[in-house]
Amino acid sequence: MSGASSWSFREEDAKRIQVILSGFLGESNARTALIVDRTGQMVATVGEAPAFDPTAFASLTAADFSANDQLARMLGESEFGALFHQGERESMYLADIARRVILVVLFDNRTTLGLVKLRVKAAVVQLTQVFTDMFNRDGTSAPGVESEFLGEAEDEIDKLFGA
Amino acid sequence: MSMINYASREINCKLVYYGPGLGGKTTNLEHVYNKVAPGSRGKMISLATETERTLFFDFLPVDLGTIRGFKVKFHLYTVPGQVYYNASRKLILKGVDGVVFVADSQIERMDANIEAMQNLYENMTQHGYDLSKIPFAIQYNKRDLPNAAPIPELQAALNPGWPITDPVKQRPVPDPHHDAEFLVAQEDGHWVERAPYFEAVALTGDGVFDTLKGISKNVVKMLG
Repeated sequence: MSGASSWSFREEDAKRIQVILSGFLGESNARTALIVDRTGQMVATVGEAPAFDPTAFASLTAADFSANDQLARMLGESEFGALFHQGERESMYLADIARRVILVVLFDNRTTLGLVKLRVKAAVVQLTQVFTDMFNRDGTSAPGVESEFLGEAEDEIDKLFGA
Repeated sequence: MSMINYASREINCKLVYYGPGLGGKTTNLEHVYNKVAPGSRGKMISLATETERTLFFDFLPVDLGTIRGFKVKFHLYTVPGQVYYNASRKLILKGVDGVVFVADSQIERMDANIEAMQNLYENMTQHGYDLSKIPFAIQYNKRDLPNAAPIPELQAALNPGWPITDPVKQRPVPDPHHDAEFLVAQEDGHWVERAPYFEAVALTGDGVFDTLKGISKNVVKMLG
């Protein structure tokens, strides 16, 4: 293996995830559901648009989950499959999906942790299937970027970082 | 390359600044943050101790703009340099698309540089990544200090190169950044490839963007 394993996220993947998470948000009364890649990239957001910077949020979520993964190992667990952070008004629940991405659920006092946990189980099973399909597919048929992309990207790099 | 998001038309590339403690990794990011147009960068996040030593990482997203319909972003990370933070250092390498090793040129820091370089190779291997196959650059920082070691000495210690066995790649490749130097060359009958290197004084910003430009162009090439 050379570098990080690559994968692509397509229009149809986004639609499948949208359907699963919209259903979950309706059943659980949670506000927003986000999918974050374990490397710290935001993959998808469903529900109320969050007020925070999604890029920063994704990098911190991945770090949070990774750090807790290591803590789990120190305790002799292979992982903590889920994490819960409780605030006075806003709370978040994080669940592992296929060891590659993290489902983040943001909710407030319109619902309860119990209901979120109850409803998230089915969503996790369905999402695991979607992402497993996606990872199995990649490496075989992932479309690359257009050939002109490279030259234009280099020009932009020169412009932004000084020629 | 980690991920092309065709749904949101985004490509995110993860660059990690690695190296010994107090070598100037965070200073590199701070300079980029201060000099890049505010509209092209996000918030800089530093998870640091009260004495401003990096505890977990610094993070700075930089937006390259829309290219051929894709929003391209570079996510710049630093790792904590202090030896005992290896667990968090290793986590940050997950999904890395390009590595910049920031070496401290001071002769007294040679051992710390070597130790950090070995640690980088170990952590990359543990993730299953091969540094000779992903974009990798070395920045020799603090070139302005009187006790800075000469470049050939630093190159010999930190960038001795790796063997090239593929006959297709066994041809001289000039170093575009240094006259009469080569990134791929035949030495003592063996073909060797070295990481591109850059000299810098991160505090004043000298060489910071040269390094970033060099690594980001190589990362973008991997997308094609």
